[in-house]
Amino acid sequence: MRRNREHTGRAVGEATAFPAAPASLAARSPEAACGCPAREPGEGAGWGTRLAALLAVCGVGLLFVMVVAAALPVLLRPGPGWPLEWLWQPYEGHFGILPMCLGSLALATFALCAGWPLALGLCCWLLTEEARAARPLARLTGGLIRFMTTIPTVVYGFAAVFLLTPLVRTALGGTGMCLFAAGVMLTLLILPTMVLVLEAGLAPRLERLCPWGQALGFSRLDLLRLFVLPKAGRNLAAAAVLGFGRAVGDTLIPLMLAGNATHVPGGLTESLRTLTAHMALVTANEVGGAAYNSLFVAGLVLLLVNAGASLALRRLGARSGTRGGAGS
Amino acid sequence: MQRFLMALACLAFSASAALAADSLDAFKGQKGTLDIAGGTAHIPVMKEAARRIMAANPDIRITVAGGGSGVGVQKAGEGLVQIGNTGRALKETEIQKYGLVSFPFAIDGVAVAVNPGNPVSGLSKAQLKDIFAGKITNWKDVGGADAAISLYVREDGSGTRETFEERALNKGSSAAGANVVNSNGAMKTAIAQDPNAVGYVGIGHLDKSIRGLSVDGMAPSQENAANGSYTVTRLLYMNTKGEPQGLTRAFVDYIYSPDGKEIVAGAGYIPYEKK
Repeated sequence: MRRNREHTGRAVGEATAFPAAPASLAARSPEAACGCPAREPGEGAGWGTRLAALLAVCGVGLLFVMVVAAALPVLLRPGPGWPLEWLWQPYEGHFGILPMCLGSLALATFALCAGWPLALGLCCWLLTEEARAARPLARLTGGLIRFMTTIPTVVYGFAAVFLLTPLVRTALGGTGMCLFAAGVMLTLLILPTMVLVLEAGLAPRLERLCPWGQALGFSRLDLLRLFVLPKAGRNLAAAAVLGFGRAVGDTLIPLMLAGNATHVPGGLTESLRTLTAHMALVTANEVGGAAYNSLFVAGLVLLLVNAGASLALRRLGARSGTRGGAGS
Repeated sequence: MQRFLMALACLAFSASAALAADSLDAFKGQKGTLDIAGGTAHIPVMKEAARRIMAANPDIRITVAGGGSGVGVQKAGEGLVQIGNTGRALKETEIQKYGLVSFPFAIDGVAVAVNPGNPVSGLSKAQLKDIFAGKITNWKDVGGADAAISLYVREDGSGTRETFEERALNKGSSAAGANVVNSNGAMKTAIAQDPNAVGYVGIGHLDKSIRGLSVDGMAPSQENAANGSYTVTRLLYMNTKGEPQGLTRAFVDYIYSPDGKEIVAGAGYIPYEKK
């Protein structure tokens, strides 16, 4: 967390000085670079940043207004073509998106159930590895996890189409494009995010305890297990919420791997369609009409889920922040 | 090396320009930008035509984008592009809403395809209809091995899907449990990977990685689609907002010219005579 804050502070300072100026130049002569008196980074959050913040807020607000405005008329007009039903058969006038809602939920839950314990285990190992011999391995794993955050999802999807789906097909039967295949790849996708969130939350607490704790004879693992984790519920939850949000929001992995069938998914080897993949599939060919309109409802559901996740995250963050402040 | 490549490209351009001088006469003295978007099946034709025109007349800039038939209708209708391509005839509502004019220029056949390892070589339309409706679920019921059939279909609104359901399934529909892929390329990958797959692609996309099935005894090939003996076919359209003018008109005419027909045939389709 501390490192994050420093980083943001520096980024803001640089942005106000002169965005394109090399860091060294900005550091040597801030006045020459921006043509204004040098300021403290905190004060530097002037017009530029405020304008940027305003634009961002307006953008998000506009997004909500537009999606709600487009979705409400569709929602308020029950009857044929109403999107909140269980059938998607455009040629027979059924435009139900509930199977896709369920698909999104099932897939994200799968990824979370598989990914969260993995992330926790990985994070604990990275934080508590004490053996000198294993340290290069831990460092390598940490680097790999940071690298994994930069892999575009389409690369995961593409690789899995050729490597994972044939395996799933022979091992579990079915077509190989199913909840399980997409879930495994989504797990990989959200794993690094959750590991980094957990690490950022747990590492400072552990470090604070270490000198005394180790002097008393506890190992790092003992300290983490007995003192840090029991108090870190909110951090654990924050990682889960963030991972869930990413898993719900991802489009390409479900589009390429989940099979996209429009029925209600019934098992691990069944093809399913998520809201995101559904939107990608329908926008490619439809303009106007009930199918197109139902997409706005799908968009609204997605937006609400992700907004809900991020609000929950903020609440968790705020509460754990005040608590941490009071405790130290 | 780069200079050499440039020289080579220039040579190729001028050679093709010299060869195609007749059809390209209409572009003399024209300048400006022409934007094209829509159906992905059209892209090879549009790109090659654009390349030849821009080589003959550097004052003209032509951009070609995909996006699908729906995008073609929308962008042409809203004036974002001059030509919007569709792999299906326009719907009445689309014509009314945007005032679009259609120009069919090529015939594309849709072939039923299976994995090359599949022993089944042909199916009747009735069998196809039952397979895609989810009534026949095992290959042994249609003369194949004892294995569950993996259904692959295209997304709703795809021109290929529409042609297939209308012409091969006699307006049948596809089972809700079928896997949906969103391009000819993705369909080919899926079928090539899955030994029990059945799906459909544009005839031009048939190659060694997948095998086309005969439908009611009709073998899928470009020749059969052209002479009418293979009937699972569709037309590819260019659409403009109102009657095309200027550069857009010249481009549409170019696609119908002998040069344009050669490009259409080269992309694996059959040129369609202007009516």
